Amino acid sequence: MNSDHTAQAAAKGATEAAVRFVDVSKSFGRATRRNRVLQSATFSVPAGKTTVIAGGSGQGKSVTLKLILGLLKPDSGQILVFGHDIARLGFKALRELRMQFGVLFQGGALFDSLSVFENIALPLRERTELSEEEIRHKVESTLEQLGLAGHEDKFPAQLSGGMKKRVGLARALQLEPKLLLFDEPTTGLDPVMTQEIYELFSSTQKRLGYTAMIVSHDVPQIFKLADQIILLNKGELDTFTDAAQIVHSSKEPIREFARTVMGPGFTG
Amino acid sequence: MDSIQEFSPQPSRLSKGLGTLGYLTLDTLADLGRMGLFLFFALIGLFKLPFRFGEVLKQLRFIGAGSIAVIVFTSLSTGMVLGLQGYNALNRFGADGMLGTIVALSLIMELGPTLTAIMVAGRAGSAMCAELGIMRISEQIDALDCMAIDPFRYLISPKFLAMVISVPLLTAVFDVVGIFGGYLVGVEMMGANSGAFMAGMAHNVTNADIRMGLVKSLFFGLLVAWICTGRGFFVHVNRGMGFGAESVSRATTQAVVFSSISVLISDYFLTSVLL
Repeated sequence: MNSDHTAQAAAKGATEAAVRFVDVSKSFGRATRRNRVLQSATFSVPAGKTTVIAGGSGQGKSVTLKLILGLLKPDSGQILVFGHDIARLGFKALRELRMQFGVLFQGGALFDSLSVFENIALPLRERTELSEEEIRHKVESTLEQLGLAGHEDKFPAQLSGGMKKRVGLARALQLEPKLLLFDEPTTGLDPVMTQEIYELFSSTQKRLGYTAMIVSHDVPQIFKLADQIILLNKGELDTFTDAAQIVHSSKEPIREFARTVMGPGFTG
Repeated sequence: MDSIQEFSPQPSRLSKGLGTLGYLTLDTLADLGRMGLFLFFALIGLFKLPFRFGEVLKQLRFIGAGSIAVIVFTSLSTGMVLGLQGYNALNRFGADGMLGTIVALSLIMELGPTLTAIMVAGRAGSAMCAELGIMRISEQIDALDCMAIDPFRYLISPKFLAMVISVPLLTAVFDVVGIFGGYLVGVEMMGANSGAFMAGMAHNVTNADIRMGLVKSLFFGLLVAWICTGRGFFVHVNRGMGFGAESVSRATTQAVVFSSISVLISDYFLTSVLL
């Protein structure tokens, strides 16, 4: 870890870490044109808290999420999710671990050929023994909570961007996950809808107590939700406990990021 | 200075060319390995529970029932051409009594399974490839993985099963309609003997010939399902395919071309083994 606040943040996270990166490196491309995305990244994500991953485009934010999900494998290092080294798990163990995940993809990743109701019911139908009646009751109550009642028979192509995100969130919450990963949850949404999505995060997290990891461009607004902030810049990774620490970092590139992205007057 | 430039570590054209050849070889081997594992998991997925009976029926309707019109038109015209050409050729030797045998054997052993598989690859295989490709680039397949739902059992295996059931049945339709087309032209239009047409066919077409057509159509069904679903499933990793919508369109073209060529090439080897 590279930040002057890293030790403090790591100590906070180390008490009970849902996710732990130990010396993780990841690069893409051929040997001659290798694009190094993560370089010896080490950090912890405290359980039950919200960690925000921020940084410019192409800095490895989404790659970090895909590494946690086991969709990509690291070149070196260890990624421990609930104590399991995800890159070394077999198919069956990986599938069992993923039962504890909920993921909200950037574009929602809703199944085009299924209706809103069927999309949300899918994890329940496939992964639980609930009866069709119980599934209907559970899905309808989630739709009600997320303001989607009356839209259950629509197909994803008939929904607005904000509704797609809410349906994605509803689907991610169905199995009451222990770890929720959000990839750009508010990209393309207007400020009102963005605020609505943030309120949904806060209320569902309070209710379900999951660990949340949010990759977002919506800086500095997203920092209000964060218990921990991870900044990614050119393969390097810095951890902070709040936005004020970013502004007062001893590193010039970090302060530069704070000035550019959060505005010169931002104080946290 | 000259001597330094002479021994500078700049790669020569030859070594660059060899490097590219090496990468191409490695990419091709990796692709073959991926496709091999894909086939393995798709076949394993057939036996995993819960079985998606509804999805298999949906795919049967799409691949099987949906392709009947295409198959009927193709087989009717193929049979009619066979009747016409066969009659003209056989009539020269006064052997037009053999027309039924020739039409039936050509259709049952070769044209039926081969043309059916190619038509199904063009109609249903391309659609399956595009569907999976779009699901891949819009992260729907990743979403299945993250929900701990096996994408092979959920998406691929029902398509495999439906294809392996549909292609032999469509081949049977192709054979029957094709023979009818041959009869229509050879007997009704050209004047070949109806009794000789039917008797020759009944006498000379054996169970072994029909079995050969069936084995071929089962194999071709599996081949088309494998190539078409595999190209769509791996649309994001195949090099030189572009990105997004472009990659899906290229994968779809590749799926149809590869499956048609594979059907034609494997037809020769299957015939030589089964004959």
